[in-house]
Amino acid sequence: MALAGIFLLVFLLVHLGINLFLLRNDGGEWFNLAAGFMSSNYLVKIFEIFLFAAFVFHILIGIILKIQNWMARPKGYAVSGKAKTSFFSRYMIWTGLTIFVVLILHFVNFYFVKLGLVDVPAGVADKHDFFTMAVLLFSDKMYVIIYLVWLVILGLHLYHAFQSVFQTFGFNHNKYTKGLKTLGAFYAIIVTIGFMILPVYFQFFFQP
Amino acid sequence: MKFTLKIWRQEDAKSKGKFVTYKIDNISSDSSFLEMLDQLNQRLINNDDSISVPGCPVHFDHDCREGICGMCGLYINGRPHGPDSAVTTCQLHMRKFKDGATIVIEPWRSKAFPLIRDLVVDRTALDTIIQAGGFISVKTGSAPEANSTPVPRHLAEKAMDAAACIGCGACVAACPNGSAMLFVGAKVAHMAYLPQGKPEAMRRVQNMVKVMDDCGFGNCSNVYACEYECPKEVNVTHIAKMNRDFLMANLMSEKESA
Repeated sequence: MALAGIFLLVFLLVHLGINLFLLRNDGGEWFNLAAGFMSSNYLVKIFEIFLFAAFVFHILIGIILKIQNWMARPKGYAVSGKAKTSFFSRYMIWTGLTIFVVLILHFVNFYFVKLGLVDVPAGVADKHDFFTMAVLLFSDKMYVIIYLVWLVILGLHLYHAFQSVFQTFGFNHNKYTKGLKTLGAFYAIIVTIGFMILPVYFQFFFQP
Repeated sequence: MKFTLKIWRQEDAKSKGKFVTYKIDNISSDSSFLEMLDQLNQRLINNDDSISVPGCPVHFDHDCREGICGMCGLYINGRPHGPDSAVTTCQLHMRKFKDGATIVIEPWRSKAFPLIRDLVVDRTALDTIIQAGGFISVKTGSAPEANSTPVPRHLAEKAMDAAACIGCGACVAACPNGSAMLFVGAKVAHMAYLPQGKPEAMRRVQNMVKVMDDCGFGNCSNVYACEYECPKEVNVTHIAKMNRDFLMANLMSEKESA
């Protein structure tokens, strides 16, 4: 669970790095180049297999563990727990499942197009022209709203995830745990805001 | 003081339980929560007119009544051991409640703690975990020379912090997943920190974790409600210690010959 989680945490940074190429006013040259590299390099392709394995593993194990946890308390309390805990640590399954559902939409919009499973949208040069796909999607207000809400939920999931990974692997010490929690908050904020910049940019500032 | 008590009543493990509401008055603000329940029970036994719902006394667990045995354990208004922090139910005083308050009292809820009657649950699962490794194998006899095994001061302190666990099960009751990780973490850590516990440390953590899983406790998702509710303020660094020992034990331990 945590191992796959670490992999996904790192992957998100790479993904964000590539996405930020969209901000270059070069008609998507750098972005498409980076996306092209990611889909043609053999080393990246090997990592892609690990990445999908991590996704499947993380989601499946998450659901199985949650079901076990529900079964561990067949009868609940009349008054729900009042312990002061991080609010979102209790709802990881729901933030996780929401992320997964919108992730499918995200795949349909990009990854499945590249694989040829979904037709190339009108106005897009070919199935590798991720730049135009992104521009088209980010000009759709409804999509932008879904995307932004999705990112907020992702950020809340990541906020608990980051420090949770260290606890699970046994790294909890008065020397560095406070720092790790702060770093986790920074990570969640940077990833969320980083991805959020793009739809906002394309909605309000982009001049084709 | 006056209170309205909503208490979970259940004849036995198989029957269907329900909340029964009792009105109780003339309670001293200095009485403990268990003394308040004692008074309720005495009035039930006496068939006192002040009790609106007659019936047999309410069953609840208790023993030392000084916060060290870990026997008492009631889920009071959404919190194991009630609204005060770092105390057991027996150390909770009625002055912590407002006069006229409604108090909801429930038993620990966990698959691993089957209900016996009313507010009494069977916490044998915690003993089963201890039997799987919560000990060191030494010949007992007369007390050994105190200075023959030097223990660094800071480790003695850490071990003592973990050993403060009284095994009441509040961590399991508080955890949204019904996980016993804080209990097992404390028991694993308190021996793993000490030289006497080292020889069996790897086998201990593997066995105790396995038995914990077999007992039907949930999995830890790092919510830390356990730490917040623990009457002995055992903290989750002990869970981290168990996690890394468990990881190392799985990576490094030798196969045991039959």
